Amino acid sequence: MIRYIGRRLVMAIPVLLGTSFLIFAMVYALPGDPIRALAGDQPLPPEVVAQLRAEHNLDEPLLMQYLAYLGQLLQGNLGTDFAGNSVAETIAQRLPITARLAIVAIIFEIVFGITAGVLCALHKGSWFDNLVLVSTTVLVSVPVFVLAFLAQYVFGFKLGWFPVAGIANGWYSLILPGLVLASLSMAYVARLTRTSMVETLGADHVRTARSKGISELRVVTRHGLRNALIPVVTFIGADLGAMMGGAIVTESVFNIPGIGRAVFDAVRNQEGPVVVGIVTMMVFFFIFFNLVVDVLYGVLDPRIRYE
Amino acid sequence: MRQRRWVTALVLTFALALVAGCSGSWAHTTPGVYTVYVGEPQNALIPGNTNETNGGNVIDALFAPLVTFDDQTLDPTYDGAAESVTSDDRITWTVKLKPGWTFHDGTPVTAESYVKAWNWNSLASNSYVNAFFFANIVGYTDLQSMVDGKPRATEMSGLQVVDEQTFTVTLKAPFAVFPITLGARAFSPLPEVFYDDPSAFGRKPIGNGPFTAETEWTRGRGMTLARFDEFKGGVAKAPGMGFRVYTEQSTGYTDVLAGSLDIMVGLPEDARGSAPATFEDRYLTRASSSITSLGFPLYDPRYADVRVRRAISMAINRELLADIIFDGSVTPAHGFATPVVDGFRPDPCGQWCSFDPETANKLLDEAGFDRSKPIDLWFNAGSGHDQWMLAVGNMLRRNLGVDFQLRGHLQFAQLLPLQDEKGMTGPFRAAWSMVYPSIQYYLNPRFGSAAQPPNGSNTSFYSSADFDAAIVKADGAESIPAANTGYQAAEDVLVTDLPQAPIFIGVVQAVHTTRVTNVKITPFGGIDYAGVELLEDR
Repeated sequence: MIRYIGRRLVMAIPVLLGTSFLIFAMVYALPGDPIRALAGDQPLPPEVVAQLRAEHNLDEPLLMQYLAYLGQLLQGNLGTDFAGNSVAETIAQRLPITARLAIVAIIFEIVFGITAGVLCALHKGSWFDNLVLVSTTVLVSVPVFVLAFLAQYVFGFKLGWFPVAGIANGWYSLILPGLVLASLSMAYVARLTRTSMVETLGADHVRTARSKGISELRVVTRHGLRNALIPVVTFIGADLGAMMGGAIVTESVFNIPGIGRAVFDAVRNQEGPVVVGIVTMMVFFFIFFNLVVDVLYGVLDPRIRYE
Repeated sequence: MRQRRWVTALVLTFALALVAGCSGSWAHTTPGVYTVYVGEPQNALIPGNTNETNGGNVIDALFAPLVTFDDQTLDPTYDGAAESVTSDDRITWTVKLKPGWTFHDGTPVTAESYVKAWNWNSLASNSYVNAFFFANIVGYTDLQSMVDGKPRATEMSGLQVVDEQTFTVTLKAPFAVFPITLGARAFSPLPEVFYDDPSAFGRKPIGNGPFTAETEWTRGRGMTLARFDEFKGGVAKAPGMGFRVYTEQSTGYTDVLAGSLDIMVGLPEDARGSAPATFEDRYLTRASSSITSLGFPLYDPRYADVRVRRAISMAINRELLADIIFDGSVTPAHGFATPVVDGFRPDPCGQWCSFDPETANKLLDEAGFDRSKPIDLWFNAGSGHDQWMLAVGNMLRRNLGVDFQLRGHLQFAQLLPLQDEKGMTGPFRAAWSMVYPSIQYYLNPRFGSAAQPPNGSNTSFYSSADFDAAIVKADGAESIPAANTGYQAAEDVLVTDLPQAPIFIGVVQAVHTTRVTNVKITPFGGIDYAGVELLEDR
């Protein structure tokens, strides 16, 4: 088991190197001159431009820029943006906020998504099943920014149940954006759980369990749900990895200073080190959560072994 | 087992009741602090390195300028840090400071605080974006030229400390409106502690202004400031204020509606129409310093004939554009300056900037303009220029019978270098806003021969001996009013040549909550933070 995890982590290194180079090349390939754009309508003196270009290695060829970046990275230096702010600091400041938002969203996904899925599977064809079918269809088809503005206006402004925006009220401020962020995945989780549950509930071992007189709750949770969860866990794990990269739309609408907005701004300003730093981190999270999911399989289903 | 299900149901009901019960109390305000909308500043908060609005707003609360301006006449006044700025020859200027001013850390503001800061701002090795402000001071060139990676000199020979409260500035050429330029934030003083660690200073600046930084600047969130009680330039009325960073204007606007944010300058597009009725007397407007024109590529033979440029200018119905496309959030421009500067005239452009399709067509015929080829209209992508540029194109098509092609596919970072390389194949969007309130700033930096790229913003590549001579004459005038008359003569040259067609002048819109009063928009388009009064918290 430990060896398996270790091997997976070692395998992550070439993946991280490869992706960071790809991202670096993509930012490099963006047309235009980022330093010229910094100045806007009132151009910088040529001396200042030259100085800034030199500071950020912008005149070097792609490979040299990347190697210089890697060299700094090995010394634990993630570089700075054009304004001189350290990328590591930006990440340290924003990641906890994004993480909190992701946690809230995942809780919603798990609680509402799985509960709804299980109830639907148990009462196939009932009014509740149909209600979930219709409402998940709506959630999946409405663009997230529409949902975000709607939720903000109705629950934040009109009803006043939640703060309109910002993070001044701690965890409570994250409930509404968390719900919006979770909405799409919540719908998927509910559908996935329902399908998977229907399948397992019809399986032989469940029928055996029922015939032995085991209580219905135990049959559903231990024999049904546990087996049905494997595809759901895969989905939630991948989703968590994605959410750690920040939700640009939700963060913008609810004014949450998370990582998503930071990477968006960095791409617009063509700030190579910032984009590469954050995106590489996202890739790492993605790999990490996939590993967690794979380990969880073994917990859910003891038949799965790792070599 | 049955019981457990009941417990779950109970907990859920309780949680819902809790949420519902809290209705209406989530407006987040801090007692004694009013909050202001701001976007993320581009650079660290150092006056010499901040030339965009967001960072500028914060600097304005933390630093006091040398020279201030009358709110109505826009004449320079001395309600700031300077007692007087005088000169006999308009070349050597003597700046006399008011006694007793201190920085937020208690150290005195002296002539040295200014001279040292200005030298620092001008050093090429610091690569500050506001270095160009000091370009007309003797010795600036030495600080900007690098020898073996180091500037040739670290002090401008044109800056001399006379005593504790006095210093002199020697310019390269006479410049009558020099005192006005000192109203810009780039000329702020810096305390000694700045030089120990400029980047720490940039997160929590120590200024000489009405408010002192209580917290560090947190990216994505903002900063809280407290009133500086020892401020000599009129102590702020509110005990504290806060800048709150937003990324979406509409979110900020909803926050003002909900009462969680007190003041917002610049409204989201969809609120422009409804804001006056919603906020009534808490909705404020003022002409802004930003002017948007259609720049002509004078290097393109197609637009080299002034009759063509006049025809295009006259085919655009500026009034209609302002009312219909912009919902009244801009006003038509009939000159090259804006109403917030000394020396502005309402209609210097006359017939050439007035809607007259008949004359326009006649001019176009006379010039032998090829109507079969479309007119390219250039602007940068993703900044909301598509709609009005499309309207301009439609006006050209309807009124001149020439087709048009929108060239709005390039981001700013791509369009600007292309402009500098004479790559425009038709009229392009050219926007400008002031950094000090003089008509001069709308003329020479945009149209002077010396300001052609890469040295300046003369993207039309306009070059006129008459214009340059008029500017030199005005720069050397006896007094500011005399200089303004001279600049107006230079503006008249522009009207004759029309290197750009002025289209519209921006309007600053602001809204505020009932928690604050006496909110005023400054000529710079910001808020007079010290004047804002905080009413009793609800």
